[in-house]
Amino acid sequence: MANTTGPDYALEARGIGKQFGSFWAVKDVHLRIPRGSIHALIGPNGAGKTTCFNLLTKTLQPSTGQIILNGEDISGLRTSDVAKRGMVRSFQISAIFADMTVLENVRVALQSAHGRAFRFLSPISSIRGLDTRARELLADVGLADAETAKAADLSYGKKRALEIATTLALDPQVMLLDEPTAGMGHEDIEPITQLIRKVSAGRTIVIVEHNLSVVSTLSDRITVLQAGQVLMEGTYPEVSADERVIAAYMGGVEDAH
Amino acid sequence: MRIALILLGVAAALIAPFFVYPVLLMTILCFVVFATSFNLLLGYVGLLCFGQAMFLGLSAYVTGHILKTTDLSLEIAILAGALVSAVLGAFVGFVAVRRSGIQFAMITFAFAQFVYFLLLRSEFTGGENGMQGIPRSELFGIFDVSDTLTFYYVILGMTALAILLAYRVIHSPYGEILKAIRDNEPRVESLGFKPERFKILAMSISAGIAGFAGGMKAAVYGFATLTDVSWTVSGEVILMTLLGGLGTLTGPMVGAGIVIVMNDELAQFGEWALIAQGIILILVILFFRRGVVGEAGAFFRRRQARAKDAPAGKPREAE
Ligand SMILES: Nc1ncnc2c1ncn2[C@@H]1O[C@H](COP(=O)(O)OP(=O)(O)O)[C@@H](O)[C@H]1O
Ligand SMILES: [Mg+2]
Repeated sequence: MANTTGPDYALEARGIGKQFGSFWAVKDVHLRIPRGSIHALIGPNGAGKTTCFNLLTKTLQPSTGQIILNGEDISGLRTSDVAKRGMVRSFQISAIFADMTVLENVRVALQSAHGRAFRFLSPISSIRGLDTRARELLADVGLADAETAKAADLSYGKKRALEIATTLALDPQVMLLDEPTAGMGHEDIEPITQLIRKVSAGRTIVIVEHNLSVVSTLSDRITVLQAGQVLMEGTYPEVSADERVIAAYMGGVEDAH
Repeated sequence: MRIALILLGVAAALIAPFFVYPVLLMTILCFVVFATSFNLLLGYVGLLCFGQAMFLGLSAYVTGHILKTTDLSLEIAILAGALVSAVLGAFVGFVAVRRSGIQFAMITFAFAQFVYFLLLRSEFTGGENGMQGIPRSELFGIFDVSDTLTFYYVILGMTALAILLAYRVIHSPYGEILKAIRDNEPRVESLGFKPERFKILAMSISAGIAGFAGGMKAAVYGFATLTDVSWTVSGEVILMTLLGGLGTLTGPMVGAGIVIVMNDELAQFGEWALIAQGIILILVILFFRRGVVGEAGAFFRRRQARAKDAPAGKPREAE
């Protein structure tokens, strides 16, 4: 599976595109994400970043192109199968199970790998064994004391942390994070950045992020999208010095949330 | 508190036939089971099945047919009816479950109308006249249950079993995934599950429980009619569930009781019964979103929270 001749890419997009009606939200996007790296996807609002994530995880069917995960073409798979192969995303709008407790939220994800989710006659105590791991994950994201709270009652920052814990529960090799710090106050951004740094060990991460200081702290390389297309790719110093990026980005970043 | 309430409910159910007409009570119990089946879908998976009566009615005919034409014992006949409905439920689910909201409701409605038509045209159902003279075979092949009071306790026991089954499903590893699907289906899929498989199974379980209610009903009345398959019954179970309180185990039970008693009281006024139902449904939707049980629960929780907060004098953590 691993590419032995060149660098080892965890994820590749080969000319992916998505057409809504006559409008191309994403067009001919190529990505190559080296295994173990943190790759940022930036660009003004409406540039097609979330759509890219939807294509990569097969939430949307690409109009063109191929997606290669660990050397395997996953273009024809569905989202759940992509997740089973080790690529899991978080959502721009916190995707939590609002009416369930914090612990239950994580346990749902743990059940995915556990494979007993169809046991409709077993008591819930039959999966209590998962609680230990769920608590570890919650402790990792700083939610150790919130396990019995209803997810809907968490603060915004804690909801994002919960979503990351839920994503981590699948122990994904590739994690796609869609604006993990969006709408957060400064006091929340720093811990989340630390958290992403921590969980990046042994994983490949693609992150959509508007906060450029977070981008510069975390990412090895950056792809800049504009109007659905790749404007450029490079390291933070390269990208931030580029005239086109400055021009494109200054127009959109302030009203990005 | 909860255990006390359950014990009180059980005690009330045990002595009820000495104060209330047992057949009315048994009707309520059949609809308690029926509403529980519906609530499993709408309350715990978020699926609005607008054809739940097909599972009730089909099973009533199947149970009736078995009792009339074979020597099988009562519980076998009812379970067979439930099984046939569960199979139908899986099939309807297979077709409908990828759609959501109003589309899902419309597809289930269409199926129900189709089942109605088939049963109307089938020979064994007796068509417009319904299936008459269904005997009440012995329970387990040995216990005579022809006495109404005895049979009430049998039906009560069956109701308890059906509710325990629903409770087991809701509080199972599988039930946890169902709730997650209700809360956020795309997220469930993104975590590696195939939501439609869970929904198809839920349809089948729900249909099976509805079928169980239908079999009970056929045995209680000794006949099965097309009314049990009709869209008005599909609508009534929605009313029961919303009135009692969606997504709580006890809500639909209370709702079923209220609606059946109301129908019984209003029967003498003919069409007015329907109008009263409509008005109540509108009032519930406007003012009691959580239903009778849901509102009562919220009321007690608020009171508890206030009692807890007051002495400590500290405001709830604001985040
Ligand atoms: N399902 C959809 N149907 C039609 N247009 C869409 C859809 N999803 C996104 N778009 C459009 O595609 C463009 C890119 O959106 P998006 O990927 O959400 O941008 P970003 O995440 O970079 O802000 C926007 O113009 C948006 O309106
Ligand atoms: Mg976006």
